[in-house]
Amino acid sequence: MARLLTLWLCAAIILGTPLVALSREATPAAADPALEARVMRIAAELRCLVCQNQTIADSHSGLAEDLRREVREQLRRGATDDQVVQFMTDRYGDFVRYRPPFKASTALLWVGPGVLLVGGVVTLTLVLRRRSRLAPESFEPDLDDDADATPAGEGARR
Amino acid sequence: MKALRYLIPLALFVVLVGFLARGLNLDPREVPSPLIGKPAPAFALTRLDDEARMVRREDMLGKVWVLNVWASWCAACRDEHPHLLDFAKTRQVPLVGLNYKDTRRDGLGWLARFGNPYDMSLFDVDGRVGIDFGVYGVPETFVIDKQGVIRFKQIGPVTPAVLRERIVPLLKELNG
Repeated sequence: MARLLTLWLCAAIILGTPLVALSREATPAAADPALEARVMRIAAELRCLVCQNQTIADSHSGLAEDLRREVREQLRRGATDDQVVQFMTDRYGDFVRYRPPFKASTALLWVGPGVLLVGGVVTLTLVLRRRSRLAPESFEPDLDDDADATPAGEGARR
Repeated sequence: MKALRYLIPLALFVVLVGFLARGLNLDPREVPSPLIGKPAPAFALTRLDDEARMVRREDMLGKVWVLNVWASWCAACRDEHPHLLDFAKTRQVPLVGLNYKDTRRDGLGWLARFGNPYDMSLFDVDGRVGIDFGVYGVPETFVIDKQGVIRFKQIGPVTPAVLRERIVPLLKELNG
């Protein structure tokens, strides 16, 4: 009797263990592919604060896993994407968002590149325009490509 | 006019150097917490040493207290631990630990081994309260005032300098 019981116990343990292990790992992803896709889409917009150049979708850090779980549970409870992002922003600040909102403290971040580009184009246009009005004499003559071309210094003197 | 031509690039260069110098001196790991000046999040956790005793945010209202997030797996916590022990000896305010993503056995073992500076530690096994507090780098330390508002946050280990220059003066001010 005792032997039979031991046998059953062993069988139960051997058969049960992988099932438990599997079910713990796999449920969230398999349960609802649409939900999981939404989780990953939001997670891809959020910065992992432990490994700052990764999103929480990419990162394997413990915190990123926790935050993905948090996103998943909130979506399951019917939260909108914006509500989830707001939840993260309330706790970690605008820094968690890969696309921070436009406001005074982020204005330079958003318009800076545009300002630099416009500034560059304006400067270039002004310089080119002024040059186009200069007489040909104010430029150094082009060097010839042939072998016996005179060096630039001598050319200018002639 | 001629001078301007050379001064503009120089000015731009100086501005650029200014930005880079500032950037080099910033610590990208120190993300400003949006929780400063906001009420501490609600929590209800059991004590690390007693799973039958529940502690809530409301229980701490009316006193200034320090919350220190720690874990037995956290190497930097070991560095700051002696400073916390020293701080606890001064008995200024309650020092509450938040045992973050740990097991009771490991947490209690760690305290037994390195000393326990905390008046109590709360057991946050899945890190949810940690998320509510915006914790991302253990150890972290919060100063919470009598109204339950977070007044200060230290990310990473507290140093004697931080305790002396930031935390202790703030506690005096809040209790004063």
